Amino acid sequence: MEQIFEILEQNAMATPEQISTMIGMPVNEVERIIKQAEKDGAILKYKTTINWAKVGKEEVWALIEVKVTPQRDVGFDTIAEHIYQFPQVYSAYLVSGTYDLAILVKGKNMQEISSFVTEKLAPLEKVQSTVTHFLLKRYKENGETFQLPKEIERLPITP
Amino acid sequence: MLNAQSTKTESWDNLISQKVNSLPPSGIRKFFDLISSVEEVISLGIGEPDFVTPWHIREAATYSLEKGYTMYTSNSGMLELRRELAKYLELHYGLSYHPEHEILITVGVSQGLDLALRAILNAGDEVIIPDPCYVAYSSDIILAGGVPISVPTYKENNFVIKASNIESWITRQTKAILIGYPANPTGAIMPQEELAKIARLAQKYNLLVISDEIYARLVYGVKHTCFASLPGVKEQTILLGGFSKSYAMTGWRIGYVAANLHLIQAMTKIHQYTMLCAPTLAQMAAIEALKNGESEIERMVQEYDRRRRIMGKRLNEIGLSCFEPRGAFYAFPSIEVTGMSSEEFAEKLLLEEKVAVVPGSAFGQCGEGFIRCCYATSLANIEEAMGRMGRFINKYKRV
Repeated sequence: MEQIFEILEQNAMATPEQISTMIGMPVNEVERIIKQAEKDGAILKYKTTINWAKVGKEEVWALIEVKVTPQRDVGFDTIAEHIYQFPQVYSAYLVSGTYDLAILVKGKNMQEISSFVTEKLAPLEKVQSTVTHFLLKRYKENGETFQLPKEIERLPITP
Repeated sequence: MLNAQSTKTESWDNLISQKVNSLPPSGIRKFFDLISSVEEVISLGIGEPDFVTPWHIREAATYSLEKGYTMYTSNSGMLELRRELAKYLELHYGLSYHPEHEILITVGVSQGLDLALRAILNAGDEVIIPDPCYVAYSSDIILAGGVPISVPTYKENNFVIKASNIESWITRQTKAILIGYPANPTGAIMPQEELAKIARLAQKYNLLVISDEIYARLVYGVKHTCFASLPGVKEQTILLGGFSKSYAMTGWRIGYVAANLHLIQAMTKIHQYTMLCAPTLAQMAAIEALKNGESEIERMVQEYDRRRRIMGKRLNEIGLSCFEPRGAFYAFPSIEVTGMSSEEFAEKLLLEEKVAVVPGSAFGQCGEGFIRCCYATSLANIEEAMGRMGRFINKYKRV
């Protein structure tokens, strides 16, 4: 069953028929598992990895370290939820180490990100401090490298 | 001195060894030239993985260069590598080979096979091989002074070589049986019962068995049986293994032979005069492969398996009947429905649909009527190639 999700994670366009052949499971069974997973939230969404730089759209990204004060009974969850609901926040993680939340923020330009930090994020009561790192270059994301690998030529016919 | 310009072909024939002159040209070579003249071909004619060598192996090799491992190693190969191999064979097949005396590191299985044949054959000794089989077996035997004896294998038996068939070909000149399973070109595997029968045959007639197990790790839904692990035959088995297919390391040219002390000594004698040692860089890479490569093998095998299922299903759908290949990365469908010879089929398919496959006849007479399709290529390529082949079959199938 896990194999179905591995295949879809690699290629969201794989059809139930293809998956069924690949793993030797009846098509209706594959379809049933996928439907169920969509319902349960095991499959959240089918998305496409896009290299926006190639499209020509300019975006600015920043990785922000956030130190927060945990709250009684709920720990970090309430403040994390408060933060990740801002549409600027693309990803949010609770991490171990010198700070608590690592968030990835997307904006049209630096101005947009800095206003988010100064006007929205930093003033929050439970936020003790923030450190903002602007992304300079993307190399690899979600297991995919941004530079298309150079096709390595194999001989067309080998014994 | 001969002047090349004024020398006729016949006099060159006199200068080249008769043995070499008499070798038939490779059926693949001819095709290679043809394919180079066609553009944008989808090739299912390749006999190697489409993965590059896993990064940790390449990284270990470059690190070894930085550290200056650029000298010869001992003739037998680095002891650390032989120790790792001994551990590997113990772990996977419960076989115990002494790393110092019973393992020799070679330049791929190709060299291992050449050494094995040269070490055991006297002029006129016969070696039994399956038909069809890997293209080099028969020529290697001839070059080593032996006589290849082809035992037919059939689609009806999933291209398994039967001990009962082998027995009828054994003569007083028979020295060895050379088998290579999982098989190139058929993708066939040998059931353990059948291997056990061959083992009994080898004992009965006191024959050596050379077992080329380069594809040992590429099996699907079955467990590979290492010939040497069968009861009572380890001493007379020459086990050939390598890194090319399982670790996607074809270009490194690195393999090994495991056999008893006497056989290894004989092979090492030839190896020390003709090769000295396998490349140090490749040996360093092989050590890393054995130490940390297991999860990469699993990843690649899973990927091949998925493509294998897609290709097997599609071949049968487009009307090329194909038994289920359980090993290596080849499917070997019958092209009987077209009534063409395998060479004609491959040539027409290439020119009309730009899909390259290898004619089965390149692997022996019993390969006639079949083509070898390699599924070590992307799923998209497989789907596209199957679509084109389907169109081709529709056009040419006899009613």
